[in-house]
Amino acid sequence: MLKNDGIISPEELAPVIPPPARLAKGPVAIIECLQDIPCDPCVSACPVKAIKMKEGITDKPALEFDTCTGCGLCIPKCPGLAIFVINMKHTPGMATVSMSHELLPVPEKGQEVTALDRTGKDVGKVKVVRVVNPPGYDRTAVVTIEVPADQVNNIRAIRA
Amino acid sequence: MSRNTEVFVIGGGPAGLSAAHVAAKLGATTLLVDDSARVGGQLIKQTHRFFGSSNRDAGIRGITIADKLQQDVKEVSDRLTVLENTAAVGFYHNKEAGILSQKAYERVTYQTAIVCTGATENSLTFENNDLPGIYGAGGVQTLMNVHGIKPGQKILMIGSGNIGLIVSYQLIQAGVEVVGLVEGMPTIGGYLVHASKIRRLGVPIYTSHTILKALGTEGVEGAILSRVDEKFQPVPNTELEIKCDCICLAVGLTPLIDLFQQAQCRMVHVGELGGLVPLHDSSMRTTNPEIFVAGDASGIEEATTAILAGRIAGARAYEATHGKSAQAEAIVAEAREELRTLRSGSTGERIRWGRERVLKEVGEC
Ligand SMILES: Cc1cc2nc3c(=O)[nH]c(=O)nc-3n(C[C@H](O)[C@H](O)[C@H](O)COP(=O)(O)OP(=O)(O)OC[C@H]3O[C@@H](n4cnc5c(N)ncnc54)[C@H](O)[C@@H]3O)c2cc1C
Ligand code: SF4
Ligand code: SF4
Repeated sequence: MLKNDGIISPEELAPVIPPPARLAKGPVAIIECLQDIPCDPCVSACPVKAIKMKEGITDKPALEFDTCTGCGLCIPKCPGLAIFVINMKHTPGMATVSMSHELLPVPEKGQEVTALDRTGKDVGKVKVVRVVNPPGYDRTAVVTIEVPADQVNNIRAIRA
Repeated sequence: MSRNTEVFVIGGGPAGLSAAHVAAKLGATTLLVDDSARVGGQLIKQTHRFFGSSNRDAGIRGITIADKLQQDVKEVSDRLTVLENTAAVGFYHNKEAGILSQKAYERVTYQTAIVCTGATENSLTFENNDLPGIYGAGGVQTLMNVHGIKPGQKILMIGSGNIGLIVSYQLIQAGVEVVGLVEGMPTIGGYLVHASKIRRLGVPIYTSHTILKALGTEGVEGAILSRVDEKFQPVPNTELEIKCDCICLAVGLTPLIDLFQQAQCRMVHVGELGGLVPLHDSSMRTTNPEIFVAGDASGIEEATTAILAGRIAGARAYEATHGKSAQAEAIVAEAREELRTLRSGSTGERIRWGRERVLKEVGEC
């Protein structure tokens, strides 16, 4: 359980996973921020206002799945590194995961890197398909990797 | 030599910098002293993005917030003097205090003082806890993030509050292996997003565990952990040996309060705020009417709330010599409203409760 070991269980994760119909349409955010904390940069980061906090800053972020375009602009703004964008429409059998990466070295497009699951276990090599790291992101690179579709909610970090 | 100022701010962390900025901007002559080489307080060691309110710099790195606050105080440098490497060493009668730099001891006469001294780190008792290689989290951060020195190669972190979690993450970024994080409680103390961040980089989190002893003779070579029961008593035969060359203690902070005691401010013990704190009202005024408080010295909290409380104290300290001002009132009203929303919700419960207890004692709540 998340509060005992830092690992989000499938049951805890379920409510923040978009429904299959939305996943089929293409990229969408998954916000793995499941605790009421006084934090809100994700809300103002979203250009289409898809992230809402009903009860104010201490509420959990709630994503309107149908409003979210999967643009990924919220990813580097989250101090919890808790936002991922997944794209199930990548290629047959393969999906992509985009995530914040704040470790050196920053990988390059095309590079093979080690994929890690929520416990830090090595779950194999994956290919980097995109790296976005402009000055405005202030050294939080957003790295997109190509993963087998069934691993899309299992892989949550990389080591380059 | 002696100096004269209307507002005297002690401590240049987010609370003190904000207080000095507001007081000087409103029109008070202000003197700020900080005993470290560079103002910024805890912020100059914080390389991570801050959580908090995006109205108040959340999502940007602590070091960047420090730069912004330093920029703000430069803007009012005609009325504000900042002395680094200078400690406030004592309060005397008749609104006088002593300050000590490497060069000289001086006296300061003031109308009001705002004490923003922050906090000190707690330690932990266990066998061999005096071995070289055992550090407080603040020491690790200073070595690593201010001076660019790794404290060790394999480190064991004790404490799962936000500091333990965030410093673990910073250690991984610096290329140090974090071999585990130990927590006596059954659940993680800090924000779970920070816990997941280190867990997925491979750091095991041992909740319901404690450290029994550090191993080694010349320096740390490892540690013995044990499971603990609900009463925090070690459970026999659950010992676990972990190899490491460094142990980092992140087991809480206690407000730094010597100066308040010297100034004869009434103190109250509030566990939720980290221990003894000076009683104060919602204007951040202590029971000694010429002394205000802001930031972690008034109860351990966060940079965002330290900035807001600093703004309140700065505005009220200005009014103490210049009389009521609509501008000062507006600053106070805005900061109070932001504080209220930041402390709402379930994670703010303990702080809210602690803060209310302080206000109750002064008859304001
Ligand atoms: C690892 C870590 C991570 C954190 N992350 C966050 C976060 O993400 N978001 C957030 O909002 N907060 C965070 N915080 C908390 C935040 O840094 C503190 O709450 C905040 O810095 C408190 O501000 P302050 O001005 O009260 O004290 P400090 O920042 O501690 O500053 C006090 C200053 O006073 C000086 N001083 C003390 N005594 C004297 C004296 N006698 N004379 C002269 N100078 C003196 C000290 O040298 C210091 O510079 C974090 C803290 C740590 C340690
Ligand atoms: S991915 Fe883009 S549209 Fe979706 S929540 Fe994030 S910022 Fe908003
Ligand atoms: S910015 Fe990240 S950590 Fe903060 S509330 Fe949003 S999702 Fe949670």
